[in-house]
Amino acid sequence: MATEAAHGHDQQWLVHHQYEDYEQQSESYIVGMWAFLVTEIMFFGALFLAYVLYRWQYQPEFYLIHKDLDWVMGGINTTVLLFSSLAVALAVRCAMLQDRKGVLGWLTVTQLCAAGFLVIKYFEWSHKYHKGVWLGEGFKWGEGVTKYAQDVSANTAQLFYSLYYCMTGLHGFHVVIGIIVIGILMRMWFKNNPLVTKDYVPTELVGLYWHFVDLVWIFLYPLFYLMPR
Amino acid sequence: MKVFGALVVLMVATIAVAQVEALKEYSLLNNFIAMGIAVTKATLVVLFFMGVKFSSALTKIFVLLGFSWFFMLFFMFCDYFTRSWEPVPGWTGTSQETAMPRENRWSEGFDRLK
Repeated sequence: MATEAAHGHDQQWLVHHQYEDYEQQSESYIVGMWAFLVTEIMFFGALFLAYVLYRWQYQPEFYLIHKDLDWVMGGINTTVLLFSSLAVALAVRCAMLQDRKGVLGWLTVTQLCAAGFLVIKYFEWSHKYHKGVWLGEGFKWGEGVTKYAQDVSANTAQLFYSLYYCMTGLHGFHVVIGIIVIGILMRMWFKNNPLVTKDYVPTELVGLYWHFVDLVWIFLYPLFYLMPR
Repeated sequence: MKVFGALVVLMVATIAVAQVEALKEYSLLNNFIAMGIAVTKATLVVLFFMGVKFSSALTKIFVLLGFSWFFMLFFMFCDYFTRSWEPVPGWTGTSQETAMPRENRWSEGFDRLK
């Protein structure tokens, strides 16, 4: 279905010599991207496993600490990321139709969403930083945290926040990489580079990456911000 | 568009479920609901936004394999779950005295989960 738009044109010049034809090349690209995403699932999976293990062992404490996180901000961020995923999906659709303006428009929307996500994240993190809830030796627990969380020992809080900063931090890092990669892709579209304007697959691959970033957040949000007792 | 609508509705549902006071007492159930919704959302993203529904069989195998691996990872809890069944000297928190009686290991194991 995806290559219908491409069929009408002569695609042979796009095909590298190790491939038979355009279809085979496109499939290899997409399977290759998924192989990469599987490795991403693997290392995020290890972190999720660590989270579940400690959540299981310290459930009552984790519940009290999680009240310190702002579920409204997290909820806004979830919506922003879901919307950016939609924007990327629409950009890929425009790329299939070789609609240059559409691609650039939707990718701009995506970039704005990604930036908005990081800004909200920055507010959340800097707020915690000023309260002293940060990693390392300076970790302070007691002042400024909500009254629910004060009953929890500093060690358990540190365990919770190690997982929180590790997982949301790694996710945030992926968002930053996403912004850079989408930026490069936009530049290619802007300069009318035939590698992207005549072949939708590079846009699709970047889209796959971005959807994966969204995917991780879909799990992080309920796990950290909406914890049951 | 419809998929996006469904995703937002599901997100609101997750938040709503987390706010229900009555449900907060049932941690296990609540976790299953929250994760069930998350898995549904993830499936929608993978199938439609990432286009796996319309992709080749080879791509589908890779996707399926990746996510199966993720769920298989959690079999590691067989280890943590059963540690108190057969205490080993040197493991923290286990000793011959704290060993579970053999008859009701399953129920006690789940009690400790709560």
